[in-house]
Parts: sequence; C-alpha cells; structure tokens
Amino acid sequence: MTKPNRKIFDFHGGLLLDEHKSVSTSRPIEVAPIPPVLIIPVTQHIGHAAKPCVKVGDKVLKNQCIAKADGRISARVHASSSGTVTAIKQHSIPHPSNLNVECIFIETDGRDTAIKPKNDAVVHYQSLSTHDIQQRIQDAGIVGLGGAGFPSHIKLNAGDHPVETLILNAAECEPYISCDDMLMREHAEAIINGLRIMQYALSAQHCIIGIEDNKVEAYSALQKAIGNNDDIELARVPTRYPTGGERQLIYSLTGQQAPSQGRPLDIGIVCHNVGTAYAVNEAIAAATPLTSRIVTLTGSGIPQPRNMQVRLGTPIEYLLDHCHSNKDDIGKILIGGPMMGFRLDSINAPITKTCNCVLATHQRDIRAPANPLPCIRCGECNNVCPVNLLPQQLYWHARAQEFDNIQDYSLFDCIECGCCDVVCPSKIPLVQYFRFAKTTIWQQERDKEKSDKARQRHELRLERLEREKREKRERHNRKKAALKKKPDQNDDPKKAAILAAMERVKEKKSQTNTSPANTDNLSPEQQAKIDEANARRSKQNKDKTSS
Amino acid sequence: MIINTPQVSSPASVSRLMLHVGYALVPGTLAYVWLFGVGVLIQILLACLTAVATEAIILFLRKRPVLNTLTDGSALLTAVLLALSIPSIAPWWIIVLGTSFAIIFGKQIYGGIGYNPFNPAMLGYVMLLISFPLEMTRWPAAISLLEQVPTFQTSFDVIFNAGLGIDTISGATPFDTIKTQLSAGMDVPATLINSNYGQLFGNFAGVGWELVSLGFLLGGLYLLATRRIAWQIPAAMLATIAALSTLFYLIDSSQHMSPLLHLFGGATMLGAFFIATDPVSAATTPKGRIYYGIGIGALCFIIRSWGNYPEGLAFAVLLMNMAAPTIDHYTRPRVFGQTKG
Repeated sequence: MTKPNRKIFDFHGGLLLDEHKSVSTSRPIEVAPIPPVLIIPVTQHIGHAAKPCVKVGDKVLKNQCIAKADGRISARVHASSSGTVTAIKQHSIPHPSNLNVECIFIETDGRDTAIKPKNDAVVHYQSLSTHDIQQRIQDAGIVGLGGAGFPSHIKLNAGDHPVETLILNAAECEPYISCDDMLMREHAEAIINGLRIMQYALSAQHCIIGIEDNKVEAYSALQKAIGNNDDIELARVPTRYPTGGERQLIYSLTGQQAPSQGRPLDIGIVCHNVGTAYAVNEAIAAATPLTSRIVTLTGSGIPQPRNMQVRLGTPIEYLLDHCHSNKDDIGKILIGGPMMGFRLDSINAPITKTCNCVLATHQRDIRAPANPLPCIRCGECNNVCPVNLLPQQLYWHARAQEFDNIQDYSLFDCIECGCCDVVCPSKIPLVQYFRFAKTTIWQQERDKEKSDKARQRHELRLERLEREKREKRERHNRKKAALKKKPDQNDDPKKAAILAAMERVKEKKSQTNTSPANTDNLSPEQQAKIDEANARRSKQNKDKTSS
Repeated sequence: MIINTPQVSSPASVSRLMLHVGYALVPGTLAYVWLFGVGVLIQILLACLTAVATEAIILFLRKRPVLNTLTDGSALLTAVLLALSIPSIAPWWIIVLGTSFAIIFGKQIYGGIGYNPFNPAMLGYVMLLISFPLEMTRWPAAISLLEQVPTFQTSFDVIFNAGLGIDTISGATPFDTIKTQLSAGMDVPATLINSNYGQLFGNFAGVGWELVSLGFLLGGLYLLATRRIAWQIPAAMLATIAALSTLFYLIDSSQHMSPLLHLFGGATMLGAFFIATDPVSAATTPKGRIYYGIGIGALCFIIRSWGNYPEGLAFAVLLMNMAAPTIDHYTRPRVFGQTKG
C-alpha cells in the first residue's frame, strides 16, 4: 500500500524544461538485433579497468566473463552474445573527453548461445546471505545504470553504517530520456523484486521510490507491482529538473541534506537507479549478468524515436542504421540528455553500461552557439542553482583563475546540472568554466603531490650527499691529525714494512755494487802478466790498423 | 578543448532584459511628458545619440566589436535613466556632457558592461550636480501651474538657445521648497499650507511629480512580475524609506516630510526600480541585495533630511555601490549539504 501523504521538500532552484519524452514512449521497448561485431570496453564504470581474460581467437559464449574486475572498485565485463574474439585493442568509447580505451572485439556468430549458469545459481534471494548477494551482484558486473556507473556491490554494502532508507531513483528528470520510464512500464515487477533484493542486502528499514509526477503510466505499473505490500513506499515528486540528482531527490523525499563532502550513507540513506534494480533482479533471480541495457534513441535526427534493449558493445552507428537514421543529416549526437549529455565524436563508439540515451539532432536544428557577453551579475544563475551556489561569483574567479577563491565559493559542490547556463542572459558557458576550474585544480594538486615527492627526493639526496661529504671530510681530518701527531714515527705497520723492505733493497743494491770481481785481489805476477797481455793486445790492434 | 554545454536554450538575453526595462520606463516617461512638457523627450533623444556615439568611439579605440556591444542596449538604458534624472529644461550640453562622462568614466574605462563598479548614470548625474549646480537645480514647473502651456518651440529654445525663456517654465520642486523653507525657519506644515507654495504639493506628493512616480511604480511592478529585476532591492529600499520617514514624521512632523512625500515626491520610485536594481553595480547575493536596498534607502533618507542636497538618491546609490563587494562577501548563501554559511 502506498502512503499518499509523504511531505515533499522543495530544493532550491531548478528549472521546468520542455520534456520531449513522449516522442520516444509511444512504442514498446524493442530488442535490438545482434550486431556483426560487438566492441566491448573494459572500462564502463568508475574505478579500475577490468582485465581481459580471453585471447584473440577464443570462442566466447553469451554471458561469459571476458574481463575480470581489477580490485574492489571495478566491475566484470561479460560477452553480450556468442562469437569469436577478433581483437583486443584501443577504441573510442562514449566519454566526456572522448577517451580511447581497451576494447574486446567479438565477431558474433548470430546463434547467441549462452553459457550455462551454475546449477545452484537460481535461488530465492532470501535463502542467500547478504554477502552472497553482494558477491553475485559483483560477479554480474552491475554498475549504477543511472549514468554514473559506480560499481553497485559497493553501494549495496553499507558496512557498519545502519541504512535507514533505501531510495529508488525513478525521477528521470532530464528531457528526452525515457529509458527508465519504459522499463518501469514494462518490467515493474522485476524492478520491485530487484528493489527488495537491494533492501535485503542493505538491511534497509524503509524503501521509497521517488518518481516524477509526469510518469503516470510508470507510476501505476509500479503501484500494481507493489500490490498490497507496505514494505515499499511510492512517492511522487514534482517534475522539475534536476530532481533526479541523487542529493536533490534525497532532499525532496526526506528533507535531509547529504553532507557536502560526504556520502548519502552518512545520513543513513542509499540511493539506486531503477535500471540497477532491474539488473540486480536479473543477476539474482535469473542468474544473468549485465549484458544489455535500455537505451533511448531520440532526437530530430532519428525518424522514429524509441527505446531499445541493446547488447552492451553494440556500435552506435549500427543502432542508427537500424533506426533508418540518415547519418549525413545528423548534426550532433549527444550521449545522455540535452542538459548533462556530452557530445559523441565517433559513431563507431559502442553502447556501454552507462549510455542511457543517444540524442541525435538533425542538422537543421543545430543553432550556432551564442556569442557570450560579459556577466552582468543579474543573479539568475544563483536563483536556479539546485545547490545554492553563486555561479556568477564562481565564474568571476574561474575567469581570473583565482583557484583559492573559487574553492571558497564551494566549486566542488557544483553538480554540473547546467541550469545556470540555460538561464544566463549573457549566454556564458558557465559549467564549462567550472569543469575547467575543477580539472585545473585537480591537475595542480596532482602536480603538487608530484613535486612534493620530487622535492622530498631531492632533499633526501642533498642530505645524503652532505652526509657522505661530511664523513669523507671527517675521515680525511682523522688521517691528517694522525699524521701530524707522529710525523717521523711509523706506527703504521704496513708503511713500516714497506720502508723496511725498501731499506733492505737499498742495502742489497749497495752490497752488489761493492761485491768482489774475479780480477780483484790479484798477486803482482798475475797483474804483470795481465798488463803484458793487454800491452800485446793493444800493439796487435795498432799493427792491424796500420797495415 | 571539448565543450559540452546544455543544448537547452532560453530566450533570456541581455538586450531583451534592457528592452523590457525600457518598456517599463514608458508609463513614467509618458506622465512626465504630459505633466511637464516635451523637454524630457528632447533630453532622452540627445542622451541616446550621445551614448551610442560615445560608446561606438570608445569601442573602436579599444578595438572591441562595436555592433555586438552596442546592441546589448545597456548604453541606451544608461542614457535614458540619466535623461530622466536631470531637469528636463537643462541646456543641451548638460546631458551631452553627462552622458559621455557616464559612458566613458562610468563604464568603458573599467572594461565595459559587467565590469563597472558604479552605476554609470548616477556617476554622470553626480558629476553634473557638483560641476553645474545652477543648471542642475532649475527644474520644470508642472504645466498645470503655468499660465501658458509651453509649446515644443519653448522647450527647444530653453534647451538649445541658452535658456531663452526658462523663467516662464521653471519652478521649484516640493523637496527644494521644503528644504529652503526649513532653513528659513518655516516648518513643514506651514510650508504645505503657505499660499505661495501650497499649490506645489498636489494631492499627496507634489503636483506632477506624484503621478510621474506612480508611472515608474507601475513600470517597476511590471519588472517585478516578470522577474526581470531582483525583488529584494526595491522592497528593502522602499520599506526602509517608508519606515524611517514614518518614524521621524511621528517624532517631529514639523521638521520632517511625510512618508508619502518621501516615497512619491522625489526620485524614490525611479531609483528603487530602475537605478538601484542595476545588477552590475549592485550586490548580487539574495541576502546581500536586502542589505544593499536598506543601505540605499537609509542613506537616501539621511541625505534628504540632514544633508545639503534636497535629493540624496544618487549619492546613496554610489555609496552602496562601493559597499556591494563587501556585502556580497559576507552574505554568501549556505550551500546545499554544507553546515555553515
């Protein structure tokens, strides 16, 4: 049973935007066909990249793990169809900074053969321990499907924190996006079951679903799925962007503000997205890992906007072709909604776990960006800021690159929702300035850390050199002092030995010089005989020369 | 660099804002023309021409895009506000000098719109008031008080031919009269019923002036209703003037003007909705704008009551312009999820 009278708190600011949602909700969710090649990135989440555990040439089956989580803050990646691994290489993925990451290419065989789940895989969740549930969710590679992509098993493990309220974020406040809406309309029971599994895993006391009041059909589907049980409360929140922001929704439903530098868990609240609840149910009740998601394909560049269940790794180009979209006419593709979405540069990029919407705009609808004028400090940005910042002041300091001042004005509380950009009469791309300031500050901090380490190393080196120098000097001084103390006394045994040896050599030498030859000590007759012989020899020599 | 900005746009723009402020000035201006003659239109025209020419020259000298900036409408708005603030029978060079001063030294010298710490129109006004006190204190008399309705020719002559015939259409303002009579020893109630000046005070706040003020109030309410100006500034300013004037009127009504006279007799309405609300030079935080409005209201009342000048709005605005950055610094709103302000 739903309590009709939950008090809803109004967060500051926000905007009423044109929804553009009904264009994509008129058809049921369509299952996208298997593309010839799947491009499955190992990074589809916040945290460490998963490590591929298949090789080029390997045959893989659907649901087979192809990349293992690297550490706790990471998520497994599974094959979304059967086929052969043809390459593991860098490829562009949908990312705000158009990153290239390692992707596993699978040439599909069209048979979509799934790996057999373990025998005991499908059981009722209440027969599992909370730890088992967390483990299975981790093994299923589930991450937050609302857009952030934070590994879900971490958010489903409250540790020592008691969880008072589990909130299911069904607000989906951004224009054009309708994937959560359609999922709720068509799979309300699975979502509710997933939510109950989450509640069990977290031992949460209360469970609230926060849904924007524009989703009438989804609301009644959920209501029906909850039935007469009173364990889950369904609460409507007014349609106002960005009511689906985690902290904004928590405040709307509970009146509590999650601390600015902390987590909602610090106030006993955990918030998950409906898509995640659905994936959790698949993982526990059907023992199926996360290999597909619902994607909204919409915008004026797509003839018949719709929602599709897409295998992760399906190239976006393939989906556009499937929707008979003329790619030459598309002026711009955004991943996500028009407020917080980012521009997609390469249409070969694949759908990942966090891609909720492909918003393709026809060329004729692309407006040239307005020429920004100076800020006139009208304060409209402050009026609409859901975090109650002063964007006009942040902008001033961001422009001047006064990064200390900008942090005084709580730059890092900015959720980049874009409301300030929309209302700015001077058409200043404020959020862009704030992102720039944030990344510069992060970079500076990294650089500082690096330079701190380098300085430390340098200082240690200087110290070591100084120490060595000092020791050398001391040794030298000691030696000098020793020499001075006994200048002619050889107390060094080595030196004494050398000197003694030299003395011996000298002595020997002099002895050799004075040693008797065989001509010494001759008798006078012998000497006379020698003299006679010498005289004769010299005479002979004289005669020889004369003749 | 990759730029991801919201693809949702709103019609809000600086030129649109200025345009609507311009629309909101129409009722008051029409009342002015109807009650005091066409002089004010000549002044507005002169001011606009001067503003556009001055701004174009300065932008050209600063090598900035001329057309892009001129079309934001801010220079024109400054011109119109200054023209509405000075006496409509002042000689032509007064408005030309004042407007060019406002544009050059009030705005462009700091880097153009968005960077000026002072309200340009009020800077121009104060310069004129201090430099040319005679020309700046000869106000037109309401047509209903004149023996003869001034023609376009009369107004034209007064402005362009060195004040020819100015004595036939000028007259004292209610504030002037009260100030002069108070210093001459005559108390306020006596001035109001004096046979020489009594007719000046109209139904509640001066013949002519009271209706012009009502016109500006009407335009101001339009701006508030369409959320084009911050409500905090006019609300705080008017409430402060009303409160202070009521208090002193109750204490000593012989020496102080009535609250109605304060609110509708001078430049209060024009100031509260059109001058104090200039966002560039005003405080920008919600709470700060309340303090800013209170400051202007209080200073305005103090200067009127005890200063040398009968009207204190321009000085009050400039003084509070100086205080705005400090006010902003100490009135930052509490950020969502943070415990302290």
